[in-house]
Amino acid sequence: MQIYLPIAEVSVNAFLLLGLGGMVGILSGMFGVGGGFLLTPLLFFIGIPPAVAVATEANQIVASSFSGVLAHFKRKTVDLRMGVVLLIGGLVGAALGVQVFNMLRAMGQVDLLVRLCYVVFLGIIGALMFVESLRTIRRAKANAGGPPPRRQHRGWIHALPFKMRFRTSGLYLSVIPPLIVGVAVGVLAAIMGVGGGFIMVPAMIYILGMPTKVVVGTSLFQIIFVTAFSTLLHATTNYTVDMILAVLLLIGGVIGAQIGARIGVKLKAEQLRILLAIMVLGVCSKLAFDLLVQPAELFTLGAASGH
Amino acid sequence: MKQILLILALLLASVAATTQAETVVAGLSQNEVSITANFNGSEILIFGAVQRYAPVPEGDPLEVIITIEGPDQPVTVRRMDRRYGIWMNTEAVEVDAAPTFYAVATTNPFTQVISDTEDLRHRVSIPRAIRAVGTETEHQRDFTDAVIRIRTGEDLYQVLEGAVTLRGDTLFNTSFRMPANLVEGAYTARIFLTRGREVISTYETDITVRKVGLERMIYTLAHERPLIYGLLSLAIAIAAGWLASAVFRYIRTG
Repeated sequence: MQIYLPIAEVSVNAFLLLGLGGMVGILSGMFGVGGGFLLTPLLFFIGIPPAVAVATEANQIVASSFSGVLAHFKRKTVDLRMGVVLLIGGLVGAALGVQVFNMLRAMGQVDLLVRLCYVVFLGIIGALMFVESLRTIRRAKANAGGPPPRRQHRGWIHALPFKMRFRTSGLYLSVIPPLIVGVAVGVLAAIMGVGGGFIMVPAMIYILGMPTKVVVGTSLFQIIFVTAFSTLLHATTNYTVDMILAVLLLIGGVIGAQIGARIGVKLKAEQLRILLAIMVLGVCSKLAFDLLVQPAELFTLGAASGH
Repeated sequence: MKQILLILALLLASVAATTQAETVVAGLSQNEVSITANFNGSEILIFGAVQRYAPVPEGDPLEVIITIEGPDQPVTVRRMDRRYGIWMNTEAVEVDAAPTFYAVATTNPFTQVISDTEDLRHRVSIPRAIRAVGTETEHQRDFTDAVIRIRTGEDLYQVLEGAVTLRGDTLFNTSFRMPANLVEGAYTARIFLTRGREVISTYETDITVRKVGLERMIYTLAHERPLIYGLLSLAIAIAAGWLASAVFRYIRTG
């Protein structure tokens, strides 16, 4: 069934969009990532203009994250206090990121920098997670039955002032590291046009030392607000949020997120992490491949800058 | 209403006929293309007749060219090159105005039906329909060629040589397939009669392409009340998220 999108001004297959939304929704519920880093390139591929894809996508992530976070609230796996601290950093970061984005656009080359960002961050994070998860699994096999090795906490993080108790995460640490993580993720999220979950999740596990089960819900909680903020920003400045496209994506997305959240509970933390790592590395190598291989069409058309 | 218009057109044509030996009268299957939610392109049938008050002239055969042109928009064309091992945009050229849609149908191969000078004057062929400053150089030409190549690939530019059927040197008709990715606006249909590659008569009419119903409503709201539109989009997202969660909870417990 073909459907015409009023803002994107293209006609696409409605079932294709429902399917894409559903697939990404499942990942969202499983891993606590918004799925933007997967859906954005997919939308480009089916012919949605990039500006519309990025903006609408933010709107869709709000829906799937909200659906996912409700499931996590039920299981009490959301650290609200940590979420709010991260969110404050995230909003500041997103506002900064939009400024950086506009600066880059004035210099041209914004597409390239966005893609380089993807390759670099996805590559680093994917590789780190993959290696770490493998090591954990091997260690668990080596001394089965023994207590899991305690994660090392770096001394300097505990030396920082403004300490706060995060009961759900079982942490007592300074608010400075989560704030910095929030800002950094917010900046990247605004530049790359995604929720930032794929950066946030590993940052929470490896930098803040939060338990994996809590990480997903808390990340989703924070993503809702950051993406809602950028949806409004895109809607009011560029008029690029396509409601019909968003609705189709989010119908698939919210259902997928529910299924994903239930699959996520059944999997072990290490398995969850290694799956996410493989997926992140997959997307990364595809993007790197596109940068290195000569494209079939060397020319691209865009709306005139003065338009 | 259409018939009255056609009669009016015929009357006007007969007035014009006093100065021209052969004039064209034509009609369209539709003067308005409505973009609805399930819009999947549109077929436009163009038909017409050659009117003459003298016997068919001897010599060069009569040829017909029909074009449909969408609204003009400026376009930035970027070219990629390999730098530091990766492919990136290195050069950009602004094309001042390129039609968002352009289709041209003829009775015979293009070079047989119209001369270069006439093409230049009436802007009939696709390269002539694109306006760009400084496209004289070979290098700049690559960029306009790219516009044509890319848009032809998207069915937005169509060259249909031999698609116009001409019967008995009098009646002609053709049909255009307009793709789904149309831009809103005023489209123009033009008909040229040529003999010996010279234009002897032209006819022009408008086709309105516009979004209707839900499509219209959403588009207007997004552009005129962006904040409300943004908040509404968020409300839909939140509601859908909550609904899915509630439904799944109901399924699990019930």
